[in-house]
Amino acid sequence: MTLPLALLEPGGNLATALYIVSFSLFILGVRRGTHPTTAKQGNLLAAGGMAIAIVTTLLLDGVGNWGLLILGLAIGTAVGVVASMRVQMTAMPQMVALYNGVGGGAVALIAWSEFRHEIALGIEIPLDELVPILFSMVIGSVSFWGSNIAFGKLQGLIPGQPVKVPGQQVLNAVLLVGIVVGCVVIGVTNDDPSQGLFIAILLAAALLGNLVVLPIGGADMPVVISLLNAFTGLAAAAAGFALDNVALIVAGTLVGSSGTILTMEMATAMNRSVANILFAGFGGAPAAGAASTEERPHRSISAQDAAIALAYADSVVIVPGYGMAVAQAQHAVKEMADELERRGVTVNYAIHPVAGRMPGHMNVLLAEADVPYEKLKEMDEINPEMPRTDVAVVIGANDVTNPAAKEDPDSPIAGMPIIEVSDAQQVIVIKRSLSPGFAGIDNDLFYRDNTSMLFSDAKAAAQEIGAEVQEL
Amino acid sequence: MDLITEITIFVLAAFVGFEVISKVPTTLHTPLMSQTNAIHGIVMLGGLIVIGLADDGLEYTIGVIAIAFGAINIVGGFMVTDRMLGMFARKPKPKPKPDASSASRPGASGSEEG
Repeated sequence: MTLPLALLEPGGNLATALYIVSFSLFILGVRRGTHPTTAKQGNLLAAGGMAIAIVTTLLLDGVGNWGLLILGLAIGTAVGVVASMRVQMTAMPQMVALYNGVGGGAVALIAWSEFRHEIALGIEIPLDELVPILFSMVIGSVSFWGSNIAFGKLQGLIPGQPVKVPGQQVLNAVLLVGIVVGCVVIGVTNDDPSQGLFIAILLAAALLGNLVVLPIGGADMPVVISLLNAFTGLAAAAAGFALDNVALIVAGTLVGSSGTILTMEMATAMNRSVANILFAGFGGAPAAGAASTEERPHRSISAQDAAIALAYADSVVIVPGYGMAVAQAQHAVKEMADELERRGVTVNYAIHPVAGRMPGHMNVLLAEADVPYEKLKEMDEINPEMPRTDVAVVIGANDVTNPAAKEDPDSPIAGMPIIEVSDAQQVIVIKRSLSPGFAGIDNDLFYRDNTSMLFSDAKAAAQEIGAEVQEL
Repeated sequence: MDLITEITIFVLAAFVGFEVISKVPTTLHTPLMSQTNAIHGIVMLGGLIVIGLADDGLEYTIGVIAIAFGAINIVGGFMVTDRMLGMFARKPKPKPKPDASSASRPGASGSEEG
């Protein structure tokens, strides 16, 4: 094994100092991410930190097998570059899920390799290395498979509805207990642990990752992805404990915090606990009320009439949801808004914290369409403005506007904070049909006196309205 | 590094993380997630280290896959974040707007940074 570089001693002062520089850049990078104008620089800072960490590691004494190492780097870089250049902004949630998955997979594989290496040394494995190895293996494996399922659901490869297996909770519990017991057994027999058992745990964790995410509905995926993101971060931190690498510990912990915060914020925004999201199999959509849909009276409106209502309004609030992403309607919506603004109408956007399939998903799409971020209003900011709003246009959003959340204590979404569009003078809902949203409940908003339904694809509707406004 | 030092670093990093991340506005949560996602690709360092210790076919394979996965995570993550943030950074052209009631936009100048 040749060691052509081998300039730095692993764990030595210089290597550690470079790792400290590297994680400082991560922290600075995230810090700069607090404002849209500095966030891009922040990302570059973090990427620079990563480059320093990688170069430092390559210079460590003991790094070898250069051919394979470069092969791995080359494959990964090529895939990463191509994927990130091709991906559409609307597909961002599944892209992040996929990247998160491969990260988790890397952690699990590294833990496995490290475990084999420790066994090969033939001495008792110290617990302060063995425990982090087991932790990162289990969490990494859960994260890899869970993220892949999330990717499949978001990409439409597997059904977005909750997939339920009878006795699922029991099975999950058995798997979890089995994993913990297996880990304890390996810990107790740390003088000569069984590799077969290690692989069995790896597989059990893989199965658990699949089974936990499969029953979760598509609209809850933002929470799942950010939770798995936190998991992968913590697994990376654990790998840092096993490898005595300070950069891994700090970076992994940083990601763990970020994922945890986002998960909790979204759970709050849905007024549900994280446990409820993970285990309740919420949104058993078709079962809930599909059969009993009695036709209730509603008013429908043509694109032309909608254009007139909008063009003569003073203030308009657009409430986008996942339907806008599915229809790739963000550019058409922006053009419609441009037409309205040209006529002196004030247009703002109301963004619900869980609109879309990822926190901030709508913001990215609208930014792609060049909507200035000052116009994107958060829920708490826009709700007091609603009674003064002439027309609220709901585009592909459903549950996040359902007044039942406020008014009907028996509703499954009772207590969930909503964008209070029903307070606006007039509401136009652009939607393909009256079908219920993800939560499987009828939206009372559609039948209100001040609501008009425009049955259409979001993109087509926005284009038509834009064209009509132009002609007025 | 002894365990207690590592735990100290871990706990302090968790506090720093919570402080810094909670200041990120919801508008930027998708790029934030994507950027932190890229940052946990740092596990690839572990792959770079363990592949040096590998000495049979299985470990070579595990090592290459781990490094490739890590590299996808890092390269893809940072690049895609950069693409997204490029969209936020692009400022609207300063066009004379009919003075709508809420037209005051702060900090219109000096927005193009490095």
